[in-house]
Amino acid sequence: MKHDINRREFIRRGGAAALAIGGLSALNGCTGKGKTQETSSSADAGQGEMTYRINPKTGEKVSILGYGCMRWPMIKDNEGKDIIDQEAVNRLIDHALENGINYFDTAPMYLQGQSEEATANALVRHPRESYYLATKMSNFGDFTYKGAMEMYSRSFKRLQTDYIDYYLLHSLGGGGIEGFNRRFVDNGVIDFLLKEREAGRIRNLGFSFHGDKETFLALMDLHEKYHWDFVMIQMNYLDWTHAWGATAEFMYTELEKRGIPVNIMEPLLGGRLSKVPDHIAQRLKERNPQGSVASWAFRFAGSHKGVMTVLSGMTYMEHLQDNLKTFSPLVPLVDEEFAFLEETAGLLASYPTVPCNDCKYCMPCPYGIDIPAILLHYNKCVNEGNISQSQQDENYRKARRIYLVSYDRAVPALRQADHCIGCNQCVEHCPQKINIPRELHKIDRYIEKLKQETL
Amino acid sequence: MLRKTRITLASIFFIGITLLFLDFTGTLHAWLGWMAKIQFLPAVLALNLAVVAILLILTLLFGRVYCSVICPLGVMQDIISWIHGKTKKKNRFRFSYSPARNWLRYGMLAIFILVLILGVHSLVALIAPYSAYGRIASNLFAPLYGWGNNLLAWISERAGSYAFYSTEVWLKSISTFVVAAATFAVIFALAWKNGRTWCNTICPVGTILGFFSRFSLFAPVIDTEKCRNCGLCGRQCKASCIDMKEHKIDYSRCVACMDCIDTCKDGAIHYACRYGKAGMKEKTGAAPDQGRRAFMIGTGIVLTSAATASAQKKVDGGLAPIIDKKVPQRSTPLVPAGAVSLKNFTDHCTGCQLCVSVCPNQVLRPSASLMNLMQPQMSYERGYCRPECTRCSEVCPAGAILEITKEEKSSIQIGHAVVDLSLCLVNTDEVKCGNCARHCPAGAIRMVHRNPDDKNSPMIPTVDEERCIGCGACENLCPARPISAIKVEGHEVHRTI
Repeated sequence: MKHDINRREFIRRGGAAALAIGGLSALNGCTGKGKTQETSSSADAGQGEMTYRINPKTGEKVSILGYGCMRWPMIKDNEGKDIIDQEAVNRLIDHALENGINYFDTAPMYLQGQSEEATANALVRHPRESYYLATKMSNFGDFTYKGAMEMYSRSFKRLQTDYIDYYLLHSLGGGGIEGFNRRFVDNGVIDFLLKEREAGRIRNLGFSFHGDKETFLALMDLHEKYHWDFVMIQMNYLDWTHAWGATAEFMYTELEKRGIPVNIMEPLLGGRLSKVPDHIAQRLKERNPQGSVASWAFRFAGSHKGVMTVLSGMTYMEHLQDNLKTFSPLVPLVDEEFAFLEETAGLLASYPTVPCNDCKYCMPCPYGIDIPAILLHYNKCVNEGNISQSQQDENYRKARRIYLVSYDRAVPALRQADHCIGCNQCVEHCPQKINIPRELHKIDRYIEKLKQETL
Repeated sequence: MLRKTRITLASIFFIGITLLFLDFTGTLHAWLGWMAKIQFLPAVLALNLAVVAILLILTLLFGRVYCSVICPLGVMQDIISWIHGKTKKKNRFRFSYSPARNWLRYGMLAIFILVLILGVHSLVALIAPYSAYGRIASNLFAPLYGWGNNLLAWISERAGSYAFYSTEVWLKSISTFVVAAATFAVIFALAWKNGRTWCNTICPVGTILGFFSRFSLFAPVIDTEKCRNCGLCGRQCKASCIDMKEHKIDYSRCVACMDCIDTCKDGAIHYACRYGKAGMKEKTGAAPDQGRRAFMIGTGIVLTSAATASAQKKVDGGLAPIIDKKVPQRSTPLVPAGAVSLKNFTDHCTGCQLCVSVCPNQVLRPSASLMNLMQPQMSYERGYCRPECTRCSEVCPAGAILEITKEEKSSIQIGHAVVDLSLCLVNTDEVKCGNCARHCPAGAIRMVHRNPDDKNSPMIPTVDEERCIGCGACENLCPARPISAIKVEGHEVHRTI
């Protein structure tokens, strides 16, 4: 064990030295104010080195692959409750740090409030300066100053740190600019956070966004006043032009214009861009037989120069390894590949999947429905070609059986769509603005038709 | 040869009938459903005269082959007895002749006919052989089968196959389960010790068929010339009906198992025509009447209902807990479409549990009420009577649930829904709901404004009793827990709307 740590330590230091060299060369290539710069050092024998981007404000090198801590593996405790598998998290984080990932993004509400603590438990086993910590102000229910203060100080306690590298106003855009005012301006929370930035307890202040163009522009106008150090947006080749609100293209352009570093969330849409319909997968594989389907989405996100880090919620070691492969170093897309992905996005958008990314913000449903499970199961069946249009369909019998049997396997009977009463309490929580009850009722009607054979 | 034929046929029937009780997918009934329909008592209750006549003629021709081949309870006893025989050679020859206990078997038959006429359905079901076997199969064997299936489903899920899907194994009625276990214990003990004791002393069908087999055309006969009085045949006769000293066989008790023929080393027993000339005096069977049945005030153990639903221990942190539903009080019991009326249903049902076994929606379960103990009734906490399903009507051998089509079912009113607005979520939680109306297959639930003068007031459900068919979709899917805000009351006589 001791040998292990020494080895890891050795690699880390070696990597840091290499980084320093890389950083210098990057500075040389610096073209203008505020542009995130790319460095890619080649130290480790065999495998390539992680690509890094430079935060223009601090000059620090951030790994282009960031660790999203919203999807840690879960296990059952003795009482049957879901808890984070700390051992697995430790393993994942050790491996990530060893391979050059240095950005970890969590939030107070992730994984039923367990993410900050579990992430920190693994990270404190490493030197504090070897990683950057990001967490958020998730004051969704309680808009009071007091509530925000409690959440803020609790994050420090849970993260076992006295400074936070990247602090985000969590998920702006819901409720328009008024929503932002209600959560942060009227109650004075933003002023407090600005002071905290001055004091150095927050090293970078930014926000994450899910909303429309107008709100985004209004927040951009506030850059003058607040000086956003970075902004996190949902960006991937599907949302580039096909998003419901402000497109990724629009937001990215606005940010790049202002020289604000861009962090990327949902580069894979919660797996929707890795679990694609069969013929899309065929298309992607044909183009790059060695690369995973997911690697296309990650390369797309990383290929934009203004991007500082691309977050990925890697639940399994295999996810982590595959992503490390994609980003060590990043091979940026060429124009032709951009066009290819845009065409792919057009094909994807024509599929009737529900844009659920399994973030679970809608949960728990007060009536016990397992919303993401129902939607994901539906998407899975769409992607695998198991949704029938009518009984005349060639594979109707097979598709029917697969749908009904796998539905019962994926969702317990009492948590299925037929129990959705349409109270609409979930709707406001969905960052993807899915009209959840409508989708659930639609799926329920489809299932009824399958069961009654009246399709 | 004859014995082997008997064993082969018996195995086919026994396995077939058992599978009817085990197969929850309902696919086997199309092929094997007739096996239940030719059971004697269900055929009598279904007034299926052709089957009854054929069974009686069969008995008149060949003896009680019904008991040896068709009756699953009889075959089960043979199996138990055979296993005992296998343990030691001595045990194979553990039987001995005993005179018929006529007072007991005629007494039992009389009691049986009496309770049948009086309508004490629970006692009928207790004694009737097919019901007894059905009870055992559905309460003791089916759960094992279900668990086995679930294991396969678990494996196939991991193998990415859709060949098996899991089914819920649940205790449908504690009282019926206890009765089934007790029945099995008694039958097992009797068969283990003395073979066919039950068939020749208690079973009313055995007694009735005994009247006929007495005069059967073919039967095992002892050739006194060849017999060397070794007595082996008698010691192996599980019906204890061979009187070796007199060289006589009591044909009223002989179940034509042919064991004696194979046992006799001297070839002294043959299955042969007993009469030189055909034609004989026929005696009308004591087939039970379809009399009017009065109600009887029951005494005895107070049986708790099966409401104690098993705790669903699958609460994730991210999922709100769900309270199990409780069985509501219903003033009139619910019986499936096809039953015609409560009376028709209770008069014909033998309590064999076949419909309970095949109900895929967990709606049917044995009644716990004393009068109708073990006869099925419906409730909607676990599922509802789905519009596309007519399985119980397809399988019922006794005419208690007549066969109906999906289309007919959609217009048969077995009950009607009643709303309890004090429990309705619209009032208790002040939320929008209407889940009952959304799922009503008959369009019988109309959402109306709570305050008729205020068009912005929330919508509450009302029931159009004329349209409601009583399927229970509303009750089952009502989010109010543990008691639904809408429940179905049964109708004594089903109507077509």
